[in-house]
Amino acid sequence: MGSDEAMMEEILSITGLKKYFVKKGLFGRKEVVRAVDDVTLSIKKGETLVLAGESGSGKTTIARLILGALEQDAGKIVFDGIKISDKSEHLKKIRMECQMVHQDPYASINPRMTVLDIIKEPLEIHHIGNKLEQNKIVRQALAEVKLEPIEEIVKKHPHMLSGGQRQRVALARAIVTKPKLIIADEPVSMLDVSVRVGVLDLMKELQEKHGISFLYITHDLTTSKYVGHQIAIMYLGKIVEVGPINDVLSKPMHPYTQALLDSVSEPDPDNLHKNKQIRINESTNENTYQGCRFRAKCPYAIDKCKQEPELEKVQENRFSACYIKIN
Amino acid sequence: MDTLVIEGLEVKYASQGTSVHAVNNVSFVLPKNESLGIVGESGCGKSTLGLSIIRAHQEKTSISGKIIFDGKSILDMSPKDFTENIRWKEISMIFQGAMNSLDPVFTIRQQFVEILKKHKFQGDAHQIIEHTILQVGLSESVLDRFPHELSGGMKQRVVIAMALLLRPKIVIADEPTTALDVLVQAQIINVLKELKKQGLSIVLISHDIGIISEIAEKIAIMYAGEIVEFGNLDEIYRNPMHPYTVALLNSTPKLKTESKITVLEGAPPSMINLPEGCKFYDRCPHAMDKCRKNPAKINTKSGYVMCWLYE
Repeated sequence: MGSDEAMMEEILSITGLKKYFVKKGLFGRKEVVRAVDDVTLSIKKGETLVLAGESGSGKTTIARLILGALEQDAGKIVFDGIKISDKSEHLKKIRMECQMVHQDPYASINPRMTVLDIIKEPLEIHHIGNKLEQNKIVRQALAEVKLEPIEEIVKKHPHMLSGGQRQRVALARAIVTKPKLIIADEPVSMLDVSVRVGVLDLMKELQEKHGISFLYITHDLTTSKYVGHQIAIMYLGKIVEVGPINDVLSKPMHPYTQALLDSVSEPDPDNLHKNKQIRINESTNENTYQGCRFRAKCPYAIDKCKQEPELEKVQENRFSACYIKIN
Repeated sequence: MDTLVIEGLEVKYASQGTSVHAVNNVSFVLPKNESLGIVGESGCGKSTLGLSIIRAHQEKTSISGKIIFDGKSILDMSPKDFTENIRWKEISMIFQGAMNSLDPVFTIRQQFVEILKKHKFQGDAHQIIEHTILQVGLSESVLDRFPHELSGGMKQRVVIAMALLLRPKIVIADEPTTALDVLVQAQIINVLKELKKQGLSIVLISHDIGIISEIAEKIAIMYAGEIVEFGNLDEIYRNPMHPYTVALLNSTPKLKTESKITVLEGAPPSMINLPEGCKFYDRCPHAMDKCRKNPAKINTKSGYVMCWLYE
């Protein structure tokens, strides 16, 4: 398939992905949560797609569906030209070539293992190399994530490392299997401000050097602008806006994106004397799956919003699921 | 008159035979009707500083220096005197993660009543509870609900209302918006802004220099237990002097303006064996021989900076 591969520019494409959870209440009452509802998105090779939204919008569920940690209800996931099903060869491929970095580096690495064993584990699972080669790969990975001195670091346990160093260990573990895609789920939100940029820079560097694509899951628009190329904004299981990140963040088309941008506090002394204007309605009945999901909170809502808007092309490269033109 | 004056505050924790120097020689003056933002990274002592003001530190903590509130020296008061006259009545606190510590088996109203009883409140309890809950933008119906029935943002508002219940002059807010969604976070900031207009002083402890700029007239930048720079918001954000303040501002990506982002390399020193001299020495691009000595406190237009560069 060599020549086909060169033709393709997408590393991952997701079409019509769905995952509903059933919440069982008291007395057998059932409630369906549409965590991921008809989501279509794609990531180009060597690029970073930011998936942004609030907690509970379904971002992490998408990550788990991609990795086959959850079973999808409907939809198609194509990774590196291959449609991923639950066949074990497919799962093996995606679980080797698509790695994950989790939010909390205090919970995502085993406190009883040394750094060497932590980073070596994926190699052992995927039977890559013999012991000697594995040790060499681990040391290369540590050099790539700039954890030095290497010979001291490999012997350490996680509790001897700072948050930023732990996240670097998590990144080292993610790159040893030479992945084509890394899913980073809020990788810097637990880290101190001054350390964050260092980890983000490292992600950018790994991307440039090895052409790794990233799916960067976050609620923080500021850091996403720093690393991202494309952005998809998610609200209650639906993608509401997609486009090149600088365009979307400077000229949002969906009212929800606008509200998210309104709520960001930039370090600016002028903020002190201004009231924060967030263009959003206070609403009580959330979680309506009928029509546009943002309708109850949307300051621009019209009657038509009772029908669900599709994600449609509005401009070159820009997609929005909204009937209103806000700009 | 100044609401809060802190002079030479030192706080040490005893921990496994060693002592942790959490707050080191901290001094500042907060004028009446102004709010203070304490900024710093995790472990720099900012929460400890907040806890000391309300005397909520653990046992085995040694505190020295002076905290003067409305002319009264807080640290010299007897615990009974402080509890009866200052805590919650004059100074209250929104603790970090407090929204997760609401008691699940009592309604919000019962938890409010408990606070009033503990502080021997005389007067119309129900009126003050209802007034306070409206003040934070919630409806009265919230009072008869249990914590699990409320969203994160609502719980955080309840916790803010609890701190306001006895009409204090100062509320210390320790990371009141972390762990909340961005939209909710912005709404909470607006609640705090509104309370400020009603005459409340807020001591906001946060690592987020964006949020601080929404609330605080005065800024204290903390590093390894010390306030390395103190002054007006405008001064510090537009014209930072201490190399750490500069690094902190430059390492934050911005959304609306393009600016060069520089990484601050290295890590803060361990608080157990603090080195002599400037604590930022190892990471400072301007470090010189002199910095091996404790830096002098140099007065600036609106505050001070602890750095030999400005001698």
